[in-house]
Amino acid sequence: MKISTPPFTRRMLGVATASAIMLSLGGMTSALAATPKDTLVVAWAIDDIITMDPGESFEISAGEIMGNSYDRLMRYDVNDPSKLVADIAKSWSVSADGKTYSFELKPGLKFASGNPMSAEDVVFSLQRAVILDKTPAFILTQFGFTKDNVKDKIKQTGPLTLTMETDKSYAPTFVYNCLTANVAAIIDKKLVMSKETAGDMGYGWLKTNYAGSGPMKVREWRANEIVALERNDNYYGEKSKLVRVIYRHVKEAATQRLLLEKGDADIARNLSPQDLAALASNKDIKTTATPKGTVYYFSLNQKNPNLAKPEVREAFKWLVDYGAIGDTLIKNIGVIHQNFLPVGLLGASTVNPYKLDVDKAKALLAKAGLPNGFKVTMDMRTTQPVQGISEAFQQTAKRAGIDIEIIPGDGKQTLTKYRARTHDIYIGQWGADYWDPHTNADTFARNPNNADDAKSKPLAWRNSWDIPELTKKADAAVLERDASKRKAMYEDMQADFRKNSPFVMLFQQIEVAAMRSDVQGLKIGPTSDSTYMFKVSK
Amino acid sequence: MQRAFKSVGSFLLVILLTYLGLLAVTFFIGRVIPIDPVLAIVGDRAPEHVIARVREELGLNKPLWEQFYIYLSKVLQGDFGTSVLTSNPVMQDIRRTFPATIELATLGIIIGAGIGVPLGVWAAVRRGGLVDQVVRVMGLIGYSVPIFWLGLMGLVLFYARLGWVSGPGRIDVTYEYTLTTVTGFLLLDAARAGQWDAFGNVLSHLILPASLLGYFSLAYISRMTRSFMLNELAQEYVIAARAKGLSETRIIWRHALRNAMVPLVTVVALSYAGLLEGSVLTETVFAWPGLGLYITNSLQNADMNAVLGGTIIVGSVFIGLNLLSDLLYRLLDPRTKQR
Repeated sequence: MKISTPPFTRRMLGVATASAIMLSLGGMTSALAATPKDTLVVAWAIDDIITMDPGESFEISAGEIMGNSYDRLMRYDVNDPSKLVADIAKSWSVSADGKTYSFELKPGLKFASGNPMSAEDVVFSLQRAVILDKTPAFILTQFGFTKDNVKDKIKQTGPLTLTMETDKSYAPTFVYNCLTANVAAIIDKKLVMSKETAGDMGYGWLKTNYAGSGPMKVREWRANEIVALERNDNYYGEKSKLVRVIYRHVKEAATQRLLLEKGDADIARNLSPQDLAALASNKDIKTTATPKGTVYYFSLNQKNPNLAKPEVREAFKWLVDYGAIGDTLIKNIGVIHQNFLPVGLLGASTVNPYKLDVDKAKALLAKAGLPNGFKVTMDMRTTQPVQGISEAFQQTAKRAGIDIEIIPGDGKQTLTKYRARTHDIYIGQWGADYWDPHTNADTFARNPNNADDAKSKPLAWRNSWDIPELTKKADAAVLERDASKRKAMYEDMQADFRKNSPFVMLFQQIEVAAMRSDVQGLKIGPTSDSTYMFKVSK
Repeated sequence: MQRAFKSVGSFLLVILLTYLGLLAVTFFIGRVIPIDPVLAIVGDRAPEHVIARVREELGLNKPLWEQFYIYLSKVLQGDFGTSVLTSNPVMQDIRRTFPATIELATLGIIIGAGIGVPLGVWAAVRRGGLVDQVVRVMGLIGYSVPIFWLGLMGLVLFYARLGWVSGPGRIDVTYEYTLTTVTGFLLLDAARAGQWDAFGNVLSHLILPASLLGYFSLAYISRMTRSFMLNELAQEYVIAARAKGLSETRIIWRHALRNAMVPLVTVVALSYAGLLEGSVLTETVFAWPGLGLYITNSLQNADMNAVLGGTIIVGSVFIGLNLLSDLLYRLLDPRTKQR
């Protein structure tokens, strides 16, 4: 049956369409996008932040917030990270026996709250970090501080002076470098203790609040949404040029790029190599880049009998197409680096002997009694560039007869497996915890106990790599007080590591930020806590 | 009277069991996924003794059923726990993220049903005609094109190129700290405060993702409307009405659609519930701090308090909207009143 169209239907549809158009017209008001002149808007994936307490915080984005909003005794020079510069300390010295460190503070300092700062606050902050014993506390407790002794070891000696006594005579650079870390940030004792509940030293409150003295103060943190910083007018040094810095959580790189191009964000932090290449011709956008303290690697679990053979370990190092990976997958975001110390740290080696050489790998496999290769699995988290690199590696390894089955997973999932030592091959990354070579030596080249129930589980342990000799070398290097001798020791360890370790070191990360051309003074720091937004203007 | 009490009683029991089942399944799935929840809190670098202490603090060393029992008894006291990722009480997080999703979903369903239903009617009336074909193609695209792709294309065209709408996020930074939020529904807050420029800004942020969600529900709703309408138009009462000489308009809109409305209400309600769950991909592309992103992020970190809290909310939405559509049935269909 043919039904004629009633005019009413058409009218109804017309009304519906018109109302939809009206709705979209409502949005036409903000055609021109620009951020306010005194406010910097940063598009960044900040969903890793879980706390605002410097005694607990250990995440990348939180590190930057802490670096901008809390002071510490000293910082390192972002232009030359091997140099230390004073922050709130006026002077410092170490005793002849190398165990007692003395500090004197600059006079007249104030917290953002208006409370005056004294040595009492510094002592409180360091003691608090040790007593709370959260994740980053090991940076301080490795000097022999415990909950029970820290009140005797870190002491106030005058209104502006304090001393700190370590258990051994460590390399002074090592101790000072550790004091630049976030965990040693100075907290407003009076403010925090006024919020204390049930003897928690203000831990419950500070998780989502702020009690510092840095150039910027934290106005608000809304998880997965926003972090707002504001200028701290009580800051002792040069005041921030910007009134406000707003970090907006934008997970998707393509979305970050759109915001930046449109001018709704001043800086975008997580762009992909493709995005960066596409933006290169845009005159309104510029970029800045810094090599970070993060290295990427494949590791071979020594519990797997095939992977435990020294020839197989070496063969894998010849089966990575470093050149192709460097030119494509990590272009602009990383440089090939085959050592466990990232460039920028004391003693870091730049020797990169390996390249793709399938024949050499085949010969090594034959020597190991595996001329036809073998089958093995690899756990990989599904993020770039990790995924692309893994797939490229799968291809080149196949040419030597090694059949790699890739097991994709979420980051936390693959990590859980890695930490339980049940993987075969794992592709991972490691960022320096503090700015001293010991941070990486401690995890790559130190494994004091390879038993399943070991107390400390560094990366060497996770791959079941038992290395008593190298462990001794790492322990000695941290006590060497002569900086040039110490440097030589790390170079020696890296040479040994390059040749024998079950780690195929791939590249060092370069962090790139893209920004609008009117943004001035942005420099990405080598560590997460040294990208200083208070030095930026626009 | 007694029967009424009995039916209300059994109804409440069903709801209670639904919640219990929902929580139990989510809880046990959350505990068997191969992710260590401690890792999300202390990170990869924590020493072993810190990991062991946190595991104990979270009660993860207790048997699974005991953990569930502890969780349940806390929920009954109104304590949904604290999210380990955000350090906030779970309900506070949901109060923050859910309005963002509700605002998006509501506008989305208004667009979806407002256009989808008339379009479906028209497609049914002119079966095989141009409109019918268009509706079919739209439905096909709606089902097959990935929403994040369409979202990005929408942003490139309407935001970056044409500048018709504002970009990702709920509001411009300019208004971020000038608009005081009371309800968390930014449109409402702006209207209450009389800040009409902020209202326009919020709307211009909202319109693109809402249209996108609207389009996807439109694709479904129009197809369903079409098939319900075809079914009604083939009924004898339609022929009788025509024989009586009623106008075609009256037959379609007053008689056929009215009957098609009954199942349609459920379709629309469930589409709305689906949107209220929060669309993770849309929220990711549009940097929208909503419930979908919150629950997904929590699940990836095995932040079970947050996941369970979110599940309760999503479950309540489904139960609530089902109830609502049942009530609407009774209003729309006089026969159900007599039962």
